[in-house]
Amino acid sequence: MPDNPVAPPKIKAAKKMRDLMTTYYLEALGAAQNNRQVAWITSGGPVEPLVAMDIIPVYPENHGAMIGSAKMGEDLCAKAEDMGYSPDLCAYARSDIACAVVKGGPIGGLPKPDMLICCNNICGTVLKWYEIQARYFQVPLFILDTPVCHTGYTPEIADYVKAQVNEYIAFLEQVTGKKMDPDKMNEVGRLSYEGQRLWQQVLNTTAHKPSPMSAFDAFFFLALIVTLRGTQIAVDFYKELIDELAQRIKDGIGVVPNETFRLLWDNLPVWHRLKWLSDRFSAHQACLVADTYTSAWCSALTHIDENNFLDSMAEAYTRIYLNIGVDQMAQEVLKMIRFYDVNGLVMHSNRSCKPYSFGQMDIMRIVREKTGIPVLMIEADMVDPRYFSESQMETRIDAFMEIVKHKAGRS
Amino acid sequence: MIFAGIDIGSNTAKAALIKDNTLVGTRVMPTGYHHLKAGTRVFEELMQQTGLSRSDIRTVVATGYGRASIDFADKAMTEILCHGAGACFLDPDIRGIIDVGGQDSKAIALDDQGHVDNFAMNDKCAAGTGRFLEVMANALEVALDQMGDVGLTADNPAKISSICTVFAESEVISMIARQEKRENIIAGIHDAAAARVAILAAKIRIRGPIMMTGGVAKNPGMIAALEKRLNQPLIISPYCQETGAIGAAVLASRM
Ligand code: SF4
Repeated sequence: MPDNPVAPPKIKAAKKMRDLMTTYYLEALGAAQNNRQVAWITSGGPVEPLVAMDIIPVYPENHGAMIGSAKMGEDLCAKAEDMGYSPDLCAYARSDIACAVVKGGPIGGLPKPDMLICCNNICGTVLKWYEIQARYFQVPLFILDTPVCHTGYTPEIADYVKAQVNEYIAFLEQVTGKKMDPDKMNEVGRLSYEGQRLWQQVLNTTAHKPSPMSAFDAFFFLALIVTLRGTQIAVDFYKELIDELAQRIKDGIGVVPNETFRLLWDNLPVWHRLKWLSDRFSAHQACLVADTYTSAWCSALTHIDENNFLDSMAEAYTRIYLNIGVDQMAQEVLKMIRFYDVNGLVMHSNRSCKPYSFGQMDIMRIVREKTGIPVLMIEADMVDPRYFSESQMETRIDAFMEIVKHKAGRS
Repeated sequence: MIFAGIDIGSNTAKAALIKDNTLVGTRVMPTGYHHLKAGTRVFEELMQQTGLSRSDIRTVVATGYGRASIDFADKAMTEILCHGAGACFLDPDIRGIIDVGGQDSKAIALDDQGHVDNFAMNDKCAAGTGRFLEVMANALEVALDQMGDVGLTADNPAKISSICTVFAESEVISMIARQEKRENIIAGIHDAAAARVAILAAKIRIRGPIMMTGGVAKNPGMIAALEKRLNQPLIISPYCQETGAIGAAVLASRM
């Protein structure tokens, strides 16, 4: 291990991004004073119609990630358990439900919603979670039901989801008392497509060796494509970020000093341990260059018709990473292993997120059979620190890196 | 040239010395609270036992949970790699390892050259570890080292269904209250622990021949239960407890 290698310069766009997020949350928190409506929406939900109708979308899951990063997850989860919720329930749901009642967390709770939009393309947990919040806040709830595409997108699924998209628009028109403007919708659709395309480009930069940023940076920069998808702000920001990353590549700046090993991460981040994990891997000169999670916000790009967003939206939102069969997920993982040219795969078996963690054993087997690269499975929880054991994690990571080094002929 | 390995586990500290690819000696003692002290002592005692001094030793590798505390070691390596190297040293044909230690259990798969290819460890739960057996031995008032032999005399092994150590303990206590035979309860405990460990082996599709390492490999009841679950005989070395330390010494010799 080199002694204290010089840390590379920080990515400058991070400050701008923090400012943008602050502005976004301030605007959302002040919505009522400015006579604007707020919708809470699931992270994989179709947000574009909300943006087109000038409703401020707010994401309890993004808020959950903030709670996790601020290490406030344990108290809020415990509070939810006091309220009677099971510790097995997703920690995003637990902390959000608790936060709504105690107004805790890093920003003192989310602004009160005027409506809730729930799309089950990510999991079934959100259905009950949003029903609970609809009852608590006494606001209307719209559910968009996207069947799992185990093998493909069938005509029946297409008809079923498209019909719901129409109902969705009707729901929004009814709650706001306004008509949707199709031109505005097209414009937002175009910006959403553009934002996702740029986000994909951001992620693609890490194929470069050394990687100008890591998955840990991607976890951070992700917030904008989630919360401000469909806006010019996201488009402009990612353009700037791409320029900066391109410059880093030109200057030969790698985010991990002496990057020697490249790894792929699967599942949500462990929000409360980002720095610890990043340091642990860096100490082995290993860079987590990519992950399956942040790419979920551009993985359905191929299904979007930029000029006919609303019609193609049904398919794009139904065929996201978490809503496809395990075989297809494994194919996506294999593609990423090749594209980013990684030496190993780290799978976070996430206590909270069942749909993401289910099937990991199979993906692990497929990856090992098809590529032979080492795969590490670690058990943790994205928000709840009570499922994290530092010394066990250390041993697993160190042992995994010993195998990675050996396979790369560098032990 | 002599090489040393020191393995600081949660219960015991082990040391091993090898010279020209042969084992010179090993030593085991309780770890206690202080990792560095335990490591130093077990190492010094082993040198005394073998009539060697610090200057005879070329390289030291530390392993186990306390590996980072051994400041006089030249390198720290994980138990996974060390158990792999140790098992291969004791028997070069080994392709799979089951290690049941004090606070964790693991399955390790070796490739055709005997290098570690994959591993799986128990999650943050004591079921299927030495600690689980200790808790149960306490509840049943049997000495830990007697437990295996007692369990082998069972005529009708009990069924422990809880996978959690705390729940399993209360299950055992209610069996005691029902005056279930002690040997039957113990056999049930071994089977429950073996079932947990076998899952790890299945996770990484371990191949034979399999060696069992770690202190629990001294428990014949546990060995029998595991052999049944894995459907094959386990190879047990007289150095099962010191395998990690031996592997550390082997790796030290390759540095
Ligand atoms: S279960 Fe998973 S997909 Fe669902 S809300 Fe929780 S983290 Fe998100």
